[in-house]
Formats: sequence, C-alpha cells, structure tokens
Amino acid sequence: MIIRGFAHKLGDDINTDYIISGKYKFKTLDMKELAQHIFEDIEPDFIKKIKPGDIIVAGKNFGCGSSREQAPLVIKNAGLSAVVASSFARIFYRNAINNGLPLVECDTSNIEDGDELEINLEEGIVKDITKGFQIKINPLPPFMMKLLQDGGLVEHFKKYGGFSIE
Amino acid sequence: MSHKTLTEKIFESHLGREPKIGEVVVVDVDFAMGQDGTSPLAIQKFYEMGGKKVLKPDKIALVIDHGAPSPNEGFSNLHKLMRDFAYEQGVRLFDIGSGICHQLIPEYGFAGPYDIIVGADSHTCTYGAVGAFSTGIGSSELAAVMLSGKLWFKIPASIRVILSGKLPTGVYSKDIVLHLARLIGADGATYKALEFDGEVIDQLSVDARFTISNMAVEVGAKAGIFPVDEKTRVWLREHGRETVKDLSIDPQAKYESTIEIDVSKLEPQIALPHRVDSVKNISEVGEVPIHQGFIGTCTNGRLEDLEIATKILEGKQIDPKVRLIVGCASKSIYLEAMKRGIIETLINAGATVIPPGCGPCVGTHAGVPSDGENVISTANRNFKGRMGNNKAFIYLASPATVAASCLTGKITDPRRYL
Repeated sequence: MIIRGFAHKLGDDINTDYIISGKYKFKTLDMKELAQHIFEDIEPDFIKKIKPGDIIVAGKNFGCGSSREQAPLVIKNAGLSAVVASSFARIFYRNAINNGLPLVECDTSNIEDGDELEINLEEGIVKDITKGFQIKINPLPPFMMKLLQDGGLVEHFKKYGGFSIE
Repeated sequence: MSHKTLTEKIFESHLGREPKIGEVVVVDVDFAMGQDGTSPLAIQKFYEMGGKKVLKPDKIALVIDHGAPSPNEGFSNLHKLMRDFAYEQGVRLFDIGSGICHQLIPEYGFAGPYDIIVGADSHTCTYGAVGAFSTGIGSSELAAVMLSGKLWFKIPASIRVILSGKLPTGVYSKDIVLHLARLIGADGATYKALEFDGEVIDQLSVDARFTISNMAVEVGAKAGIFPVDEKTRVWLREHGRETVKDLSIDPQAKYESTIEIDVSKLEPQIALPHRVDSVKNISEVGEVPIHQGFIGTCTNGRLEDLEIATKILEGKQIDPKVRLIVGCASKSIYLEAMKRGIIETLINAGATVIPPGCGPCVGTHAGVPSDGENVISTANRNFKGRMGNNKAFIYLASPATVAASCLTGKITDPRRYL
C-alpha cells in the first residue's frame, strides 16, 4: 500500500474531542456532516485546508481521550488518507485500524507542515519528498496489519465470521 | 507457583493457561456496554457485519446517559435507534434518569473480580476498582462482541503503583490520581495496566477507588486495577455479587515499573486548562476566579463525593456570581442523597441539581459555560471545548475543592472549611 499526500502538522496529545467535538458527534451518524467540524476546537476551518489524500502528522499520544469511533471515521470522511504520529493512544489505534484508516508510528519531529510525504506500508518507510529524507516505521502488529488489509473489522468479520488471529 | 500480575491472573482465568505479556489472545467477554454516543454506531456496524441476533443479550447493556433527557432531535433519533434495538434483541437498556454507565454496571452487579469487561466508552476502566479487567473499546468492537461474545486483547505489561502514607484531611482519591497524572503524564501508561498497591488502599472506600480507576485512561492506561479486600467484598455483596474470589497483588510478579506515591505529603491538586496532566498543588495556583462549579460525573458523582461537598456547603451560600451544578451518578445515589437530606442541603446552598447523567462533562447540555468563563469540575477531562465551549477554561479538582471554590468564587483550598 503506497499513500502519497501533503502533511498537516499537529502537536502532541491530540485528543478525540479535538478530532470531533462532543457537541456534534452525538447528533448524527452522518460522518460526512461531522467531517465539516474536524479539529474545529483547535483550528477553526481546518476542513477548508484539506485536499483529498492529505496526511495528518502529529507528535506523541495522538487520539487520546474518548473512545469515540467517530474520530477515525471523520478523518477518513474529511478525505485524509493516513495519520503519521510518533505514538498513538490505544483505543484510537484500534478504532482506526478497525475502519481501515492507515496509521503510521514513527519519529515525526523533522516533518513540517506542507511537506509532501510518501508512505510505503509494506517496506515500512515514510519518505519526506519535499525535504528528501526517509523515516523507518514501527511496523503494525501482524494481526492489526491483517485487519487493515481486510479493510477493517466489519470486512474481517464478513470474511471469517469472527476473529481470525492466526 | 509462578508470580503473576493482577492482569495475568485475570487473563489466566479466562484462557485456562498462563498468558504471555505482549501476546494477542481472543477471550470470552463477561460483560459489554455501550452509551448513547457510541451505541448507535455499534448498532449500525452490527448490521453491517451481518448481525441478526445478539449472541448473549444478558451480557450486554446499553445506557442513555450522555444526553439524558435528550437535548435535541438528533440525539432523540439516536436514542430511538437504541431503544428499538434493545427491545428487539432483548438487551438491557438503561434509559434516561437511570444514571451514568460506569456507576450502573457495578451497581447492578455486572462487574467483579476476574471479570473481563469492555465498554464503548473510554472510562470503562472504572470497574478495575472492584478487581475487574475492564477497558474502553470502539463501536465496531462492541458490535463484534454483541455478535460473537468475544474480543481480542494484547496482554499488557503492568505498572505497580504503591500508595503509601496516610491521606491528610482535605485530600482525597481524586487528588491522588491527579497527582499520578502529573507524575507520569497523559501517555505515561499507554498500552499498560496500572495495578494499585499499598497501605492507602485500606483508607479508601470503594467509591474512592472508582475515582482512581476511572482516570487510569487519562494516563493512557488500558486498565487500573485494585486488589480485592474486605471492603470490596462487602460492596459487591451489597450489589448482588454473592461469590467474591480473592485477588491480591504479588510483589514478586514481573512489573514493568513501580511508582511510589507518599500521600502524606499531598495537598489538594488542580488540573489546569486544557490538559489533565497539567497539575499543580492548590497552593501554587494563585487567584483564579470561578464562574461555574460542577460536582458529578463517572469520576466523582457518588454518594461519598456528595457527602464531602455537603459537609463544606452546609448552612452556607455559594458566591452569588457562581453557578453550582450537581449531578448524581445514578438514580439510586440520587434517591439515597434525597433521603439523607444531601440534595436539600445542596439546593439550599445555591446548587442546581440536574438529572443523573453525563451532561455538562461532555458539553451536550445542562451547563455549557460562556466565552471566557472558568469552570471548576470534578470530571476527568478538561480539554478545550470539552464542556461545549472552546472559549471556556476547565479546572479539575476533588468535590471538596469544587465546593470550597463555589463558596468564595475563586479556586480555594477546602482545608480552610474542614
């Protein structure tokens, strides 16, 4: 899987309330509508800055806080293609993979806002095309890679009729 | 006999063999729960997975607590989806007025030692207070549990948190857990289980332990587990659990690290906006005016919390420039607080009592602050916008500190009233 897009750089400890505020997420299951409010509490009009395929780049503990699965779904529905962070909070990590949103854990300190990135999940490398360097990825655990390749938990269940961790 | 962490003991009881830290296992889940912010999506995913019947309906509860009663038509329609699903599937539904999921699950006897419990709410870690391995999951995973009765887990390494010393007057379990957040940070225990140990546990009621386990996720932990003692046994028997197995810490187990906190030296703690781990001693906070106080939530909406606040507020009036909102964590707490005169005392002191539920903590209704206002709350999160307005500022503290601050209109050390 090769993903190419431009970086939107965010800081450390971006919680799921910031990804999609509670005041919106309780009202609807329409993720396209919710996506209009992505990151609104920390950066108003963030949605207007996104071009299809863009990539979120963040520091440590991305997705901490609430268990809301709307968070990865809103990221996907906003047209973003992946999240690259130096670490992830655990519930978000599972939720993202369960919805087929690629997550990349690596050192993000040298990536800057607007850099063009190319992620190669099989080779385990993120290339910063703008700056001309590459970063090694901490690979996904095998079972999570399988879930991601299946396209998420719903597809995994449809395929195997339950959890297939082998 | 080999030495095991509480987490290893609990997983061993489900696997029938010793688990290895880091391995991925699929186990039967003893109970699962969803609330009104997560269940509607879980129901949608359940059908997308091809689900027709919930495998074990008696092991599932859906709770309407985040917007209860409904504040708008969007919420109402999602509540209807939950009610219809629960009725069709024979799943237990706790409707408006019942209370907050994390109080109801243990109160109804659905949580106890050695149970593995998951909930589509991050604060599901609360039931660690009664010896369960309980953790938050997403909606797809709740759907998978409803369909299969199972979930996969990566066996986490554990951190032993030794609480030593004697808890000073005016300092509570909330202060301990805020201090822990200060020490290790918002990601200090990511992917790990916290296991609590030490002489302070004897000084903590089960209510007080719930507060600590509840906030385990605020340091990234997967679970926050207490060993079982006589207090746990009494509490569980009162809540319908007849057989309570022993669960104790083995100091020789392989703990990844150990954190020791001497609580004797603690002062009341305050988490400053907008981070749960941005914690200071109350003496370092300086003068901060307060516009709204909130006592309630799955962290501190229990009877003991209300009693602590009442002790400070009894016979007094809150500052006229402050609103104090109080929400009980469940209907039974609400009723008991009425019987004991707590609700009357709080209302006479100037408090506004809202129905049992999450309301103001998640910014859905019943107490959204205005631009530029400072709120002092007993909740577990103070993220920007958390209470529904990203131009407000949220400080987190114990019920005692919130009560004292409402009396003076500024952040106030509760010890001056005790």
